[in-house]
Amino acid sequence: MHAIKAFWMPLAVTPLLWLATTLFAYLIGKWLQKLCRNSPIANPVLIAIVLVAILLAATGTPYDQYFAGAQFINFLLGPATVALAVPLALNTAHIKSSLHGVGLALISGSITTTLSGVVVVRMLGGDRSIALSMAPKSVTTPIAMAVAEEVGGVPALTAALAIAGGIFAAVIGQVVLRWLRVDDWRAHGLAAGVAGSGVAAAQVAPLSGLAAAFAAVGIGLNGLLTALIVPLLAHLWPAS
Amino acid sequence: MPAAFAVLVGAQLLGEMLRLLLHLPLPGPVIGMFILTIGLLFSYGRWARKREDKPSALENMSTSLIENMGLLFIPAGVGIVTEWTVLRRDWLPILLGLLVSTALGLVVTALIMHRVTQRASR
Repeated sequence: MHAIKAFWMPLAVTPLLWLATTLFAYLIGKWLQKLCRNSPIANPVLIAIVLVAILLAATGTPYDQYFAGAQFINFLLGPATVALAVPLALNTAHIKSSLHGVGLALISGSITTTLSGVVVVRMLGGDRSIALSMAPKSVTTPIAMAVAEEVGGVPALTAALAIAGGIFAAVIGQVVLRWLRVDDWRAHGLAAGVAGSGVAAAQVAPLSGLAAAFAAVGIGLNGLLTALIVPLLAHLWPAS
Repeated sequence: MPAAFAVLVGAQLLGEMLRLLLHLPLPGPVIGMFILTIGLLFSYGRWARKREDKPSALENMSTSLIENMGLLFIPAGVGIVTEWTVLRRDWLPILLGLLVSTALGLVVTALIMHRVTQRASR
């Protein structure tokens, strides 16, 4: 036992261990999804989060210590958000040709998600900070966390909700939309981007280039719109 | 590759600086994204467009970052372990709020987009 501890302790304090753990957990998630024939239910992000959380609990590692290593991966979320500019710029022609639909669908979808989240949380007795953590959860995680921080929500809770919501949108998206007889890839992509951000977009993007482009548009523009709507909502709803 | 990464991080830095200077309510990376979009639209062929059918370094870098965005969510997602007490206390409003708002947003966005684009193409 002592020998194991003597081996474990110096490893546990190095950031490398948790950096490598995060990468391997993601690879395992990817591999399991492939085994399940790319089923949206076998979401690699969800699998990886569960694996890492179990490992942290089993080794008694505090989250701060994990994050000291994993922050190098987390840091890349910023450049990845900026990178959404590239598909956005490359697809301006597609966007221009359906500007009407994109604008209308985006604004109604964004307001519906934000308001319904806040209303349901409040109706079931959740407090203000939970409601404000829920409000920005549909946009891509880095934006959602920044907005939550801005309005007095809990960024970590928002991150968890954003990822869980994205997974849920990825799982139900194609089934529900096909049932509603929506067979347009532009609508599939945009809806995935608006309701489930990057996680849901990752599900539809490989199926169609058009869906990928509109998902990027949905993520980008919804990020902007939500970053404007949610602070406004928080402003109109002063803390009592 | 280093040039492409410099463009992304540079745009993010510019976004953060603008946010601090002008007290904008938007996160720095989002401002950076719009700065870069405008920059790309004005300098078309130079960075974003495909040159001789080969994607540019910036396009390659962006594609690999976006394709693996899932990986980048994991550290923040594991943070759910720190919110365990809140989740256990308020699991019902959190769970239903999440499911209802996500499903509604998905359906409303897709249906409106579908209707409008169908009408336009008719």
